[in-house]
Amino acid sequence: MATNYPASRPGSEKHTLSVLVENRPGVLARISGLFARRAFNINSLSVSPTERPDISRVTVTAEVEQIPLEQIIKQLNKLLHVLKIVELDSSTSVQRELVLIKVAANEHNRSDILEIVKLFRVRVVDVHPESLTIEATGSEDKLDALLGLLEHYGIIELVRSGAVAVMRGPKALAEKVTGSEVTGR
Amino acid sequence: MALPTPLQAFSALPKEGPHDKHTVSGEKMTGAQALVRSLEDLGVTDVFGIPGGAILPVYDAIKDDTKFRFVLTRHEQAAGHAAEGYAVSTGKVGVAIVTSGPGATNIVTAIADAQMDSIPMVVVTGQVGAGAIGTDAFQEADTLGITYPVAKHSFLITNAQDVPRVMAEAYYIAGSGRPGPVVVDFTKSAQNAEMAYSWPPEKILPGYNPVEKAHGRVLTEATTLFQTSHRPVLYVGGGAVRSDAGSQVAQLAHLTGAPIVTTLPARGIVPESDPQVLGMPGMHGTVPAVGAIQQSDLLVAIGTRFSDRVTGRLDHFAPTAKVIHIDIDPAEIGKNRTADVPIVGDIATVLDDLIPKIEAAHAADGTPDLTAWWDQINGWVKDYPLTYDEPTDGSLAPQWVIQQLSAHADPMTIWAAGVGQHQMWSSQYIDFEHPHSWISSGGAGTMGFGLPAAIGAQVGSDRAFGGKKPVWLIDGDGSFQMTSQELATAFQESMPLKIAIINNSVYGMVRQWQTLFYGNHYSQTSLHDGDPTKVSLPTDGTTTPIEDKHSVDVPDFVMLAQAYGCIGLRATTKEEALKAIDIANSVKDRPVLIDFRVWKDAMVFPMVPAGSSNDSIIYKPGVEPLNAGEPSGVGVGITPGAVPAAIGSASASSATSETSPDATSGASESGTASTWEEK
Repeated sequence: MATNYPASRPGSEKHTLSVLVENRPGVLARISGLFARRAFNINSLSVSPTERPDISRVTVTAEVEQIPLEQIIKQLNKLLHVLKIVELDSSTSVQRELVLIKVAANEHNRSDILEIVKLFRVRVVDVHPESLTIEATGSEDKLDALLGLLEHYGIIELVRSGAVAVMRGPKALAEKVTGSEVTGR
Repeated sequence: MALPTPLQAFSALPKEGPHDKHTVSGEKMTGAQALVRSLEDLGVTDVFGIPGGAILPVYDAIKDDTKFRFVLTRHEQAAGHAAEGYAVSTGKVGVAIVTSGPGATNIVTAIADAQMDSIPMVVVTGQVGAGAIGTDAFQEADTLGITYPVAKHSFLITNAQDVPRVMAEAYYIAGSGRPGPVVVDFTKSAQNAEMAYSWPPEKILPGYNPVEKAHGRVLTEATTLFQTSHRPVLYVGGGAVRSDAGSQVAQLAHLTGAPIVTTLPARGIVPESDPQVLGMPGMHGTVPAVGAIQQSDLLVAIGTRFSDRVTGRLDHFAPTAKVIHIDIDPAEIGKNRTADVPIVGDIATVLDDLIPKIEAAHAADGTPDLTAWWDQINGWVKDYPLTYDEPTDGSLAPQWVIQQLSAHADPMTIWAAGVGQHQMWSSQYIDFEHPHSWISSGGAGTMGFGLPAAIGAQVGSDRAFGGKKPVWLIDGDGSFQMTSQELATAFQESMPLKIAIINNSVYGMVRQWQTLFYGNHYSQTSLHDGDPTKVSLPTDGTTTPIEDKHSVDVPDFVMLAQAYGCIGLRATTKEEALKAIDIANSVKDRPVLIDFRVWKDAMVFPMVPAGSSNDSIIYKPGVEPLNAGEPSGVGVGITPGAVPAAIGSASASSATSETSPDATSGASESGTASTWEEK
């Protein structure tokens, strides 16, 4: 098991980690610094507040082999502000991304694009004589397929959120996590 | 009132709100006074540091009746290393207090060093007022941001009321689990603010739960591996020292009959006089230690992290061994080498649980027969003892000097070293009989570590052992000069520190690599502070010395010592050396420095060239004992004449009789030097 640099590489299996952290300044810097320092290359990272004000949730996706993934989890666990890490399996969790796509559209092809929008059950949020802006949410695969179809019309601008994910069923990740009422350190 | 600036409006720092004003019971004092009081209540007895603008309120709170001793260093880096030396020698948490900005950045080296070697330390840094953070204020630095990657944890105190809790947490984090440095960045506004002090505070650390005790299943699996192995080795590292597990390691070794190899930070964990101790493994390890690891069928890694200096080429490291890895840090297990039996827990606790299981297994199934294994090991011990070449220029052999220092020292001596050749020779030739008696920068390899660490050790010796443990520093002329200003600290504190400068007038370890791998191109490694020929002053009454800058010793270490109030001695012969050592051992009121003039061409052997397999260990040039019968497969770009025989040629020529020696050395020369470059 020689050291791989970087630890993650394209083509490996995609993994999604949900990381519960204390909600305080500097936490994101610690996490992103750790990824950089240990040469863990990640695909996406999103941070948001949760149902508990003292806890934030970081969702990380990375294409990485099993052994480097264990290292990522163990190293994350060493950060004191990290409370819990769960790897979410696609079969037992729901994963969504949001994408905003500005597509070049004119009177000739606008209806074709709208047909695609309808097929994918996504929404147009802005119309201009020269463009259409589409809002789409869904799994990574669905968004990739949509983008593949829109590509040849000419994508003017594209912005995509990182994945967010939640486990199926009635349980919450934070259920057994002891939070911290201390803020501001 | 003016509108807030954009910085203030977006500041992540908590605003002063009504929740801060709610009454907390306790003694009224300032945040700075609370910090000093917290240190006292934590039982801190010794603190190192240097004051400055942004930490002045804390220094103002240090009074004559403050319960800890304060040692003023001359550079913040030294305050950090002193805290490390103190921590290693006493097993307590080292504490340093420095100012903001450059004070904080100066101590970053020491923080990184402590992180690499898992040394418990709390560093308090001053910080500009909370309102000024982010404005590029005078002596402002993002201390937290700078230290994230090199500290176990860090805190920013913006509210004086948090001081006792943060200090209690910092101290606990530094010393528990896998120890390490913790930074407390303390804003000046919080230092000056009023708070209500009460002790003990409640620690709130929901994300910190170090595992101390291993579960039973892995212990049973480990026992099974012990019972079925016939070539076991205990590979013991610094974690065993931090856990104070010397007696447990010895007990395990005596119970199982397994040999012990001790990595650099673990030297002395089991007395060197124990016949089961084979010495140090790795790049400059002994042949028995490296051989035992390479040919083992069971490698028991105890508090160690498979550092590249130990493993050499990782995929050739102990290729036939199953691995039991015991460590308190789960992230170390499987990081470099997959463990067959991973055991997470405190070393002493784990071994205390493991030993009875092995005893029971012995009673039930008998003890594995290790006779053949020990026959092989004893062969290496007999054939490949540590050895060195005598100098050809009449100077002292550095190895001899260190042997004499060890032989004449008090058996309770604490040894400190800088980084370089002298460090490796110290590790090889000092007779370590006690744990916590060897202080050296391992993972970080920080030159200049020695003197401040020795000062910290002396403070530790005074505190924990009534000064009964003398402290010897063995340093190189290059390493020493990186922190030599600390002679002032040592003198002012009346420390009977003993300093041996192993002066070869060059950056010796770098020069050794230049000799071996860079074709004798001695690029920027001459220091001219101990060249064999001394300059002669002219006899015509003028004061201008004869112009030969390459033979003037700058600095003159004897005069340097004297300038700092210390005793300075020079030894160029064995008689002078022994006499100087005797004087140093007898002085009790001030530091003594001895400038030992040693051979600049002395090299550290055995050696495993960086990045190659441990099997290619070079006992001395031309002798690769673990490679016998096989071509080494690696060429070393060594220039003939620099060393008697080209490295690797002996084994290669013995393996293939038709290969002429010339052809072999030619092949060696053409070997890719880049193979050895540190990547």
